[in-house]
Amino acid sequence: MNSAAGSGQSASNPLLSVRNLRKEFPIRKGVFSRQVGSLKAVNDVTFDVSRGETLGVVGESGCGKTTTGRAILRLIEPTDGQIVFEGRDVRAMSTSELRGVRREMQIIFQDPVSSLNPRMTIGAIVREGLTIHKLAEGAAADARVSQLLSEVGLRPEYASRYPHEFSGGQRQRIGIARALSVEPKFIVCDEPVSALDVSVQAQVINLLEDLQRDHNLTYMFIAHDLSVVEHIADRVAVMYLGKIVELATADDLYREPLMPYTQALLSAVPVADPKARKERIILSGDVPSPASPPPGCVFHPRCHHPAKDVACMKIVPPLEEKAPGHFVHCIKQTPTTISWEQQKEAGGVHPPERYLPLAAVHA
Amino acid sequence: MAPLLSIRDLRTWFYTESGIAKAVDGVSFDVGAGETVGIVGESGCGKSVTALSILRLIQPPGRIESGSVMEFEGRNLVTLNDEEMRKVRGNRISMIFQEPMSALNPVFTVGDQVAEVARIHAGVSRRQAWDKAVETLGLTGIPAPEERAKQYPHQLSGGMRQRVLIAMALIMKPALVIADEPTTALDVTIQAQILDLLMHLQKEFGTSILMITHDLGVIAETTSRVIVMYAGEIVEQAPVDELFARPHHPYTEGLMHSMPHIGHDQARLNVIPGTVPAPTNWPKGCRFFERCPYSWDLPAHEHPPLFDVGANHISRCHLAREPQRRQDPHPPLVVQEGVDAA
Repeated sequence: MNSAAGSGQSASNPLLSVRNLRKEFPIRKGVFSRQVGSLKAVNDVTFDVSRGETLGVVGESGCGKTTTGRAILRLIEPTDGQIVFEGRDVRAMSTSELRGVRREMQIIFQDPVSSLNPRMTIGAIVREGLTIHKLAEGAAADARVSQLLSEVGLRPEYASRYPHEFSGGQRQRIGIARALSVEPKFIVCDEPVSALDVSVQAQVINLLEDLQRDHNLTYMFIAHDLSVVEHIADRVAVMYLGKIVELATADDLYREPLMPYTQALLSAVPVADPKARKERIILSGDVPSPASPPPGCVFHPRCHHPAKDVACMKIVPPLEEKAPGHFVHCIKQTPTTISWEQQKEAGGVHPPERYLPLAAVHA
Repeated sequence: MAPLLSIRDLRTWFYTESGIAKAVDGVSFDVGAGETVGIVGESGCGKSVTALSILRLIQPPGRIESGSVMEFEGRNLVTLNDEEMRKVRGNRISMIFQEPMSALNPVFTVGDQVAEVARIHAGVSRRQAWDKAVETLGLTGIPAPEERAKQYPHQLSGGMRQRVLIAMALIMKPALVIADEPTTALDVTIQAQILDLLMHLQKEFGTSILMITHDLGVIAETTSRVIVMYAGEIVEQAPVDELFARPHHPYTEGLMHSMPHIGHDQARLNVIPGTVPAPTNWPKGCRFFERCPYSWDLPAHEHPPLFDVGANHISRCHLAREPQRRQDPHPPLVVQEGVDAA
């Protein structure tokens, strides 16, 4: 779909480039709120987003996908790492510079109820960004609001109504109109359709795709629904316990998931076809606490790779390129830069081997 | 053999300030012993109100209208008094709710909450009830159940809490379990664990399950017969294989096509335009008329009955009489979500 989509980390001149991003939340206890530890919500995350592409970010609750999205916009202050947007270092920006760049980087939230001020009319909500960024005023602003509302499929007359008068899908359209009002280049879509019914979800997804085409938008699309992400994303990053564990084009990821966690995740999705009842990789237990992630590979306690051994507990796997543009965090999936000698030294007993259970393949 | 549960013309209406909301409006279906029946539909279709009605958990301004019949184990649940109903609820019919956190009491241990069900219904001692609770928690796959039973809900993960609710629902080995979106609040890998567990326990206990969900994937993987609800009515019912192979009602068809499927990516998702009409003012004829790509004008907006369209397959659509109209779809009367709704 996009020429840069397949080139993974090395995309030339990306719109957004994130390097070694970390966000730790302090864990405090006692009367004096002494810091007793830290919760590594985002733990050394690196990726690029090319112009015009949609990068999907998937993972389960607490994997750090939402924190990553917000840290990029500095809605949450990152602990460490580099965020470069169109060649500008976002983390080094002053508050006023940041306000300028936020015009170009917008966000659409999951909950269309709590993200709209109930005391403001739809018109005022959509108009606010125009005023703050001095893009239009008076009659010109009114005209722009009308245009934005019709662009997202709402009647311009609705400008004088309040959020509670609208359905969930319509409110999500209002949130989209607000994000579009400042003519952004990049939009973080944080679970924009997960609160919506299936038929309304399809309407909003189609709208987001139309807007991307018409305005040359770049999306970071955060979701837990793997089928929605496959549909909308050019490339997909899978997160687990604050780390990206697999990053590939959507086609490659769904056809040949290499990280055992991605395999389990894909095999767990219920298939809306009673004839397709298939084997399933059932993961045991729950996701460990991000306050004390397992050493080595964060997924090793639940991993089903047949070559899993002590080396997985000792060696932190790099996110390495196993096939062109296909990055995987696993020292047991061949090829790997962590040699068998190194693995044996760490106590490994099973040499790396390619493992692709049929249950995970959606072809 | 008579079905375990037989519902006839169930009508549950809510008397609100803006009119009578006919949330469930003439619903009839059976659940056989040991069977898993699915009810699928979107927000506001009446699927959850149907579930709450079966357990008689409807609060004013809602009311089950007279004439509604819910035959269960030889008695009409609609006419039972409160005392008799209490003996059914949690004992012969139990329910698993969507939100495990709000369905559990935060100030009691989970063991106490599971044991309470056995104390009320089996009349056993505190000690016996506790042992039974620990045993049932173990059956639901909770590791170290004697330790976990002493913990409070906030100390457990979402998946563990849902297992506790399943233990509460199953401790009395009920004839029927109503599962209302039992996995919607859970992550997909945990959802797989819980669905696996429910299906396993059902085989073991021979319990019937009424599975209420918006997720056609969950329906396809767990149920044998499916009921599709729209605007307070059943619009289609069929065995699961038949429904997915030959959906008849245009709403069912639209629902299936608007879902993205992994591995079958289409360039653009089909949408069902428009939104569900208001429950205080259902359209007189077909309730899907305005959103339907095949609709045509019938004299006096005739309300479609449930037509036989195949083996054990019924559909509330006039296409049953004029199937050739399916070859000739038109743009629905409602064009977009934003327009004409609100």
